[in-house]
Amino acid sequence: MDFYLGLLQIMGVHTLLGLSAYVVLLTGQVSLAQAGFMAIGAYVAAMLTVLSGWPLIAALIAGALVAGFMACLVGFPALRVHGLMLVVATLAFTEIVRLFFFNFDYQIARGSIRVGPLGGEGFRQIRYFPENGWTTLHVAIFIWSVVALVMAALWWMDRSRAGAVLRAVGEDEIAAQSCGINLTAVKVSAMTAGGAIAGLAGGIYAHYTTHIEQTNFTIMVATFAIAYPILGGLSSIFGTVAAVVFIQGFLIEGLRFLGDWRNLLFGALIVLVMNIRPSGLLDARTMATLRRLFGRREG
Amino acid sequence: MLELQNLSKYFGGVRAVDSLSLKIEPGQIFGLIGPNGSGKSTTVNLITGLLGVTNGSIRLSGEEITRLPTHVRLSSGIARTFQNIRLFGQLTVWQNLWVAENSRAQRERTSFLARWLGGESGARARITKALEFSGLSHKANELAANLAFGEQRRLELARAMAAEPKLLLLDEPAAGMNAEEIGALDERIRQIRDSGITVLLIEHHMELIMAIADRIAVLNFGQKIAEGTPAEVQANPAVREAYLGTAETSTRGTA
Repeated sequence: MDFYLGLLQIMGVHTLLGLSAYVVLLTGQVSLAQAGFMAIGAYVAAMLTVLSGWPLIAALIAGALVAGFMACLVGFPALRVHGLMLVVATLAFTEIVRLFFFNFDYQIARGSIRVGPLGGEGFRQIRYFPENGWTTLHVAIFIWSVVALVMAALWWMDRSRAGAVLRAVGEDEIAAQSCGINLTAVKVSAMTAGGAIAGLAGGIYAHYTTHIEQTNFTIMVATFAIAYPILGGLSSIFGTVAAVVFIQGFLIEGLRFLGDWRNLLFGALIVLVMNIRPSGLLDARTMATLRRLFGRREG
Repeated sequence: MLELQNLSKYFGGVRAVDSLSLKIEPGQIFGLIGPNGSGKSTTVNLITGLLGVTNGSIRLSGEEITRLPTHVRLSSGIARTFQNIRLFGQLTVWQNLWVAENSRAQRERTSFLARWLGGESGARARITKALEFSGLSHKANELAANLAFGEQRRLELARAMAAEPKLLLLDEPAAGMNAEEIGALDERIRQIRDSGITVLLIEHHMELIMAIADRIAVLNFGQKIAEGTPAEVQANPAVREAYLGTAETSTRGTA
């Protein structure tokens, strides 16, 4: 049972991570900075609960805000570069953040032990959940409540004019400008929102694993973040969720019996899916069919 | 309404637009014509700010807009269509108009939440009207990319109109249209003018422009070579020369 709950927790955090990249991808920006924002959220939230004794929710929100603020700062220079150059620039950001935490020591004595981040050793003893008597089930429910909240907010945003404007910028920047859209405001907002969601994912991640270190926030994580919405399709947030379940649930856990051969099949299956469903697992047509099945009218 | 003063744009040594001065009166359909490469589209891109000017100034309703960024100009009363259609293909027809209607909402200082998140009723009414005007009501939930060519052109015009501009720039709206569609377009542009919107029309289709323009300017190699009513422009020898070549060069050409 605990195995499945643990899997649910991983999926929850990765869903948030994927959604953070989804928002940014809607505006046509491919960002590998999401792992960096996640690291910032993780360290900030964990330091607040462990070192300053903040309650969890407040610490998570603070982590998300700091990550969002950093994303806003990254958003401005990112406006000047497009496509591959943006990928490289955001990748550099993730690396900078990772190396910062590799060298970051800030420990204080707590009784007989010292707590806090310690460079390459990482940040151990983030024991908010066990100290407050949360079971694995509680944690899984908490994580998915946060995921549900973020999904509801994004789903609503997606159907609003704001969603249409984000997609318009992603499709054609010149036409969007010519409709009076302020590209700077839209792209930086998307980056900020994405950074905040990634920060939230980081804060939750830090607390359920109880131990974080810089190797948890590598380019591999950043690649996963953009892989989910790309594989799932950008027509709806549910594509991202479907992709997380597919990759984390089916490919990574379901193929564990293959041992060392798993990674090979993992890659091959992704290539296969991208070929069979080039615009994602849930593309516009699938969504239209689903909508018809459930008899819903488009607003 | 719109005043260009000694407007110039050089690309390296090429003078795409060269000291162009124009004055477009409110409520006019102003035609801008000229052979290929004469600087018509460049002029539109200078007016909308997609290109920066080398020299000269642009005034909209007496206000200097030469250095304003594109989105500010376009949300303060200018709207345009593109020579090559530029719709948001993966957005529905409705969403395309919803995006453009935002600049109108911004001008009228609609509250932030109503503008971005709510289904503001005023916006709905305007978009519905724009859809009816362009005969696309039944396609409201269709993706723009799935529309037929003529419908896409109509949607682009509707999108420009959804912003409720004072000045509408049409960059070759009749390109690729058949005679019947051009007839409908002619009617639509007149309706737009009669609703009080000033129109700057760039067009290759002479019949259309001679029929509906109140005033025409002719460009050649980035310079204005003639301006006047359609009849005056048609009678102007410099215009004939620009389009047909001089008598000597054309005989040399055929010989």
